Formats: sequence, structure tokens, C-alpha cells
Amino acid sequence: MKVTIDQDRCVASGQCVVAAAEVFDQRDEDGVAVLLNPDPPAEQAADVRHAAVVCPALAIHIEE
Amino acid sequence: MTGTLNPAGEHPAEIPEYPMARAAGCPFDPPPALHAMQEEGPLAKVRLWDGSTPWIVTRYAEQRALLADPRISVDVTRPGYPSPTPIRGSSPISFILMDDPEHARLRRMVTAPFAIKRVEALRPAVQKITDDLIDTMLAGPKPVDLVEAFALPVPSLVICALLGVPYADHDFFQENSKTIIKRSATPEQRSAALGRLAGYLNDLLDEKLANPGDDMLSQLTERIKTGELSREGAAQMGVLLLIAGHETTANMIALGTLALLENPGQLALLRDADDPKLVSSAVEELLRYLHITHNGRRWVALEDIEIDGQVIRAGDGLIVANDIGNRDPGAFPDPDRLDIRRDARHHVAFGFGVHQCLGQPLARMELQVVYSTLYRRIPTLRLATDLDQVPFKHDGSVYGVYELPVTW
Ligand code: HEM
Ligand code: SF4
Repeated sequence: MKVTIDQDRCVASGQCVVAAAEVFDQRDEDGVAVLLNPDPPAEQAADVRHAAVVCPALAIHIEE
Repeated sequence: MTGTLNPAGEHPAEIPEYPMARAAGCPFDPPPALHAMQEEGPLAKVRLWDGSTPWIVTRYAEQRALLADPRISVDVTRPGYPSPTPIRGSSPISFILMDDPEHARLRRMVTAPFAIKRVEALRPAVQKITDDLIDTMLAGPKPVDLVEAFALPVPSLVICALLGVPYADHDFFQENSKTIIKRSATPEQRSAALGRLAGYLNDLLDEKLANPGDDMLSQLTERIKTGELSREGAAQMGVLLLIAGHETTANMIALGTLALLENPGQLALLRDADDPKLVSSAVEELLRYLHITHNGRRWVALEDIEIDGQVIRAGDGLIVANDIGNRDPGAFPDPDRLDIRRDARHHVAFGFGVHQCLGQPLARMELQVVYSTLYRRIPTLRLATDLDQVPFKHDGSVYGVYELPVTW
């Protein structure tokens, strides 16, 4: 699984951090999402997929 | 074209009026007529107070697709915008009623304090506020109005601390907030209340400019100094954060408690399981089930948009009724059942798209603390009146109860 975030689109909702804290974090200055691991292991895949579903800005892209 | 006044008789009578009434005896369920519309299809027309006939979007999938579509606008001044009330006065309340890129520019000035880690750091303080208010309630007379004694103070104390607003002024700002979100308020009453709040925030900004503290209003004064934000813009933003920060959460606390009291099996489950996962799942489910922003988020189409074989024309008004979207069987099996164990995390109670609630991490944390504390500390909590005596906020843009007499 390959994950990317479009930081320009991100609205800092934090939903991805709630869904998969091992993979997503937020910048201190404005809460915009940052990727901790662009290549998460299989056991985190479901959480990452969920993060992409709930991201209100459609800013998370996944290549399986 | 929709969104303008229609001469009488131009439209067939079957276009229903919106907003619609809930069924008697079903205070937690959306209006039956909305259910019926959703069964018919994702898109329909409704008639508003001014005779205009915007589209209404009732199904979850279409709502999400549309809310993520940059071809819609929240600009109330555009022709065709389906205003929920006679026009709100000239000053929009900050970025909630602005489009990108200005919306994004302003929103990003205030996103940092709502990041998950920052909000988590506030959890012990919110726990203490919650416990102290319960101590006071338990030491006082009963029955007591849970709204005034608990549901309003929790989020008001929290947002006051975050913004740097003195809580001692709560009567003043709660009263004015109430007027602003009341459907039945006249345009004059509403803009007077807005004016009073803006003036109040403006005075506070003066104080913060002279005497900055560690709070959001003081941070906004930095933006005024750099020229990124006008003085008026900062006051507007303060008004938005103050209103949005307490009214919504307060209603979720009181209405959520009532819903749990009416569903004792669910309440027992939540109270007896000392499980943070179940608590957060209960918060998501109550947000979905109760969907308190029941006025339908309003938009106007900027371009032609095709949905389900129909074309929404540029300039057409759009109402995205997320309350019924959260009851769409296509997204939530058996949607009219309150089930705190279900996975409801994909609900749209905070909206969807770039305007999705800024305060949601804070709201979630506050509700998690409250729902995991109140019923455990007062296990015999019960309604001190009959359900049909409870005054519901049918006339507000945020649903809830005006009062909730409880005893134990
Ligand atoms: C349970 C409590 C809450 C509920 C149900 C709620 C719901 C909502 C909804 C439905 C929207 C509109 C989203 C859209 O248009 O798509 C919204 C926007 C907003 N909310 Fe909340 N909210 C809650 C708590 C809070 C809190 C605690 C704050 C704190 C300041 C807050 C601040 C805001 C702001 C600033 C916006 C405008 C966002 C934008 O336009 O970019 N809300 N909220
Ligand atoms: S869920 Fe989307 S919008 Fe929210 S912080 Fe993550 S990337 Fe940004």
C-alpha cells in the first residue's frame, strides 16, 4: 500500500489521525496532515483505508 | 430558475414545504416526509418560506459527492442562495459562509489549537470541569435543569478558556447566541444580537492587543498586526468560534442524555463498560442518530452539476439534509435504531467537504468525557418530567432541548 496526502487540500480535520495514528500526524503550526509512513504494513491497511473514506477534503490517496 | 420568488401557481402543489415537522412522539427522528423523499430518490425539490424551490439532497452518497464538489458555494449573497430565514444582515459570520480560497486562508489561521494532540492535552482539564459541575449538582437541590447546570457550562467553560473570553460574561453571550440561531428570531433581532457579540469581541481584542495572553484571541491579534486579518474579520471569527464552540456541544450533551435515558439498555451498556472504545463509538453513534444541525446546510450551484440523471443548473439553490443522510439505510443498516456498538464513524453530523466542522476534535473529546462520566457518577439519573413535557428546539437551527429537568 502506497499512501499520499495532498496538503493543499487538507482542512486539518484530524480525522486521519483518529483513524490511523501510526500513519498520520498533524503539523504544529496549522494542524495540516503529515505522513508518518507512506508504506504502512498490512495490519494498518484497514485503518488507512478508513482514513481515506472519512477525510472530508478527499486529500488522502491510496495505491494498493 | 429556482431560488427566486415564484409567482403563485407556477409550481405544482406537490412541492413540499421545508423545513418539515417531526412526527409527534418521535423527538429523535427526522421528519417522516424527509424519509419518504429519501426513499423516492436522492434529489427532490422543496419550497422555502420565500416561495423559492431549491433542490434537496437526501441520500448519503450523493450528499458526500456534492459536499466535496468545488462547484458549489456557501456565499449567501449569490442569487439563488436558499436562505433559511429572511436575510441575515450584511455581515456574514466569518469563514463558515465564505468560499475558498478566502475560506481556507482564514480557517488555517485557527486550525492549530484543534489538532488532535492539542485537544488531547486538554482532556484532564475538561474532566475536571465535568467532575466539578457534577459535584455542585449533587450538592444542590433536585430536580435540576441539566441544560443550565451542566450541558451549557461544560462547553462554555472550555471554549472560553481556549479563546480567552471571561466565563463571567456567559449570560450575555449565551443569550445572544440563542437569538442568532433561533429560526423564529426576526432579522432585526438577529442582526442586533450579532452586532452586540461583534462589539463585545471587538472590546476583548482591544484588551488582548494591550495585554496578550496564551489564548486564541491573543493569537488573532498577532494576525491583525501583520495585516493578514482585519480588525472586523478577527471579531467575526471570534463570534463564530464562540457560538459554534458552545451551542452545538451543549445540545449534544442534553439531547444525548435524553436519548440514552429513553434507551435504558444502551445507557446501561455505556455506563457499565469501562471501555474508551465503546465510549468513542457511542459518541459517533449519538452524533449520527441525533444530527442536531437539522436545518440543512445551504449552498448554491456555481455550474451545472449532474446527479442521478438530473441536472442542477448554475444558480440553483441546494439544501444538503445531512440529518436524513445519517439515516440512509444504504450507509447505516437499520438506521433508525440507536446502537452504540455500531461503526458510525463515517457519519456526516459534522458535515463533509472543506467546511467540515473545525471544532470536531474538541467536540468529540468533550462528549467522550461527559458521556463516560455523568452516568457513572449519577447512575440513578432520570428524567424529572414526562417526555412529552420536554421543550424541544423545533424552532432552532441547532436541535436540542431548552430545558431538561432531571433528578436521581
Ligand atoms: C457536537 C458538537 C458540534 C457539532 C454537531 C458541529 C457541527 C458542525 C457542522 C454540521 C458544521 C458545518 C459543516 C459543513 O458545512 O459541512 C460545523 C462547522 C463549524 N464548526 Fe462545528 N460542530 C460542533 C462543535 C463545534 C465546536 C466545539 C467548535 C469550536 C470552535 C465548532 C466550530 C465550527 C466552525 C468554526 C465551523 C465552520 C467550519 C468551516 O466553515 O470551515 N464546532 N460544525
Ligand atoms: S482527514 Fe484529510 S482533511 Fe483531515 S487532517 Fe487528515 S488529510 Fe487533512
